[in-house]
Amino acid sequence: MGQTLFDKIWDAHVVSSNEGFPDILYIDTHFIHEVTSPQAFDGLRTRGLPVFRPKQTVATADHNVPTWDQHLPIKEELSRYQVDMLTKNCAEFGIELYGLGHPFQGIVHVIGPELGITRPGGTYVCGDSHTSTHGAFGAIAFGIGTSQVEQVMATQCLLQSRPKRMKIEVNGKLQNGVGAKDIILYIIAQISAAGGTGYAVEYAGDTIRSLSMEGRMTICNMSIEMGARCGLIAPDETTINYVKGREFAPKGEDWDKAVAYWQTLYSDDDADFDSVLSFKAEDIEPMITYGTNPGMGIGVTQHVPETASFEQKEQGSYKKALDYMGLHDDEQLLGKPIDYVFIGSCTNSRIEDLRQVAEFVKGKHKADNVTVWIVPGSKQVQEQAIREGLDKVFDAAGFPLREPGCSACLGMNEDKIPAGKYCVSTSNRNFEGRQGPNSRTFLASPLTAAASAITGKVTDIREFLKEEELV
Amino acid sequence: MSTKIFKHIQTSAVPLPIENIDTDQIIPARFLKATTREGFGNNLFRDWRFDNNGNPKQDFVLNEPIYSGKVLVAGKNFGCGSSREHAAWALADYGFDAVVSSFFADIFKGNALNNGLLPVQVSDDFLKKIFDAIYADPHAVIEIDLVDQFIKIVASGEQESFEVNPYKKACMTNGYDDIDYILSKKELVVEFENR
Ligand code: SF4
Repeated sequence: MGQTLFDKIWDAHVVSSNEGFPDILYIDTHFIHEVTSPQAFDGLRTRGLPVFRPKQTVATADHNVPTWDQHLPIKEELSRYQVDMLTKNCAEFGIELYGLGHPFQGIVHVIGPELGITRPGGTYVCGDSHTSTHGAFGAIAFGIGTSQVEQVMATQCLLQSRPKRMKIEVNGKLQNGVGAKDIILYIIAQISAAGGTGYAVEYAGDTIRSLSMEGRMTICNMSIEMGARCGLIAPDETTINYVKGREFAPKGEDWDKAVAYWQTLYSDDDADFDSVLSFKAEDIEPMITYGTNPGMGIGVTQHVPETASFEQKEQGSYKKALDYMGLHDDEQLLGKPIDYVFIGSCTNSRIEDLRQVAEFVKGKHKADNVTVWIVPGSKQVQEQAIREGLDKVFDAAGFPLREPGCSACLGMNEDKIPAGKYCVSTSNRNFEGRQGPNSRTFLASPLTAAASAITGKVTDIREFLKEEELV
Repeated sequence: MSTKIFKHIQTSAVPLPIENIDTDQIIPARFLKATTREGFGNNLFRDWRFDNNGNPKQDFVLNEPIYSGKVLVAGKNFGCGSSREHAAWALADYGFDAVVSSFFADIFKGNALNNGLLPVQVSDDFLKKIFDAIYADPHAVIEIDLVDQFIKIVASGEQESFEVNPYKKACMTNGYDDIDYILSKKELVVEFENR
């Protein structure tokens, strides 16, 4: 019997496996940030332990940082305290910190890949659920809780039971204007916010293969939104070309050896999956969510489902979600006026996302009724965008490029969506209050967000693209 | 380092029959700025529990004095979303020892187990029976036994067994944790690194 990609990587990292116990899995790199690490460092102090492998630990500040005037001290006292605490802890425990102002600073799931730290065949963890992003390189990447952060700091290992394996295939040609974000929102809408629970999900099929690394990261990023333990995609030419030459990528002979190994990383033809799902790319419209979990998504031209279409016991939760969103049964989102557009987060803040948005908004201007925040995922993305002149395009469209951080993805830093306001957002979560108390989120792709920014309402990007083809 | 020991409880319970309760509801991001594990209970379910001025919302179950107890009973897919362990800390800090639901998100389940908060997964049917029992009598007593792995509605005697990872069960009933276990195998870790 052949092996799945997931099992190949897992087996290569098992330190010890004992009947009745979870496996002890070796972790290649541990990413940490300011929010989920302080209690872990405290735990180490209480136990009198050092960080076992500080060189395999990488730190950045992202969740709490302002995305404007980053050179000034952080205004919010508790945010500043948490970021300062990270600086202190990293110094004390000998960990490299890419903090505010550092050329490598950025959202943890953006910087790992762009620095060449995230590579095929590796194991990565971070005290953040979207660690699944790193799986796009054909790696095992888990989001973990703070007790586990402490565990990995203390031992460079994670105690884990092997999850079940699921394969999700997408084949066919995507419609114009439909991209990676739409694919993953579509899959989650089909299988629900809990449909992947307990699984490591491998994405496969020719549509997935045709995606850039940025697109693959967007897909793997949202694996957690269907409840999966992690998501991964087998490495190929695209992956290898992306990693090559990056800051911490292997060089010379090490590189050749690494590539030879990476080429063995795929699921064998006769590998056994616990579950296999298939989708057709042609069926996928530009997607948008209407509810308060990422599984509540529809094609942008579709109508919000009727309460009566749900089972009795689910109707209460469903109505609660619609009430929160200020929507009603059968409402169409298309054409609905919006207040904010947020383009950013570890789902969609990479250079390719920014290029795509810039290409679309070039020569256009945002609608008066919308505030648009465009936030690069890292300092390197920001600088690349400036080198390419994308910042000028955004300026002319009425929304200056901000500075890197998690920003309005979560209501933790200064960038919060006000109560009751609608935001078309390229982030990954539409939970109640996620973007600020009582804010209302419509999750969508960068192109849908950009088109909605221009019209001031929920927009079908395909309509724009059709017109542009005509002129 | 020892953690809280959990073997058996008998208590009334708090009903929260909402599905897909995500960790952003359990503890909103803006309350994650503390750097210790204590005190999160005050902000448990913050935006459901308090209005914008910090006044309790009377219709939220934690503000209804007839409901109390050490067990929270919630709708399916409890704890989805963000991996923040603060959600488990907030529930434990508030005074809950166990959460009962018909389905738990993975990361939350692990976090809860690492903090002496027992996630008890029951069938949809049994979950409904518990809700019915609490709504019929807010003081209805629920018994949870980790050693023998069952949950019981004491008044009616109805019970169901539940699954728990045997290793995690050993940790919780003995009060030891994952780090103690891995450290006991440290020479294997070093051996692995030298392979
Ligand atoms: S951008 Fe959002 S989802 Fe990503 S790491 Fe930051 S807060 Fe988490």
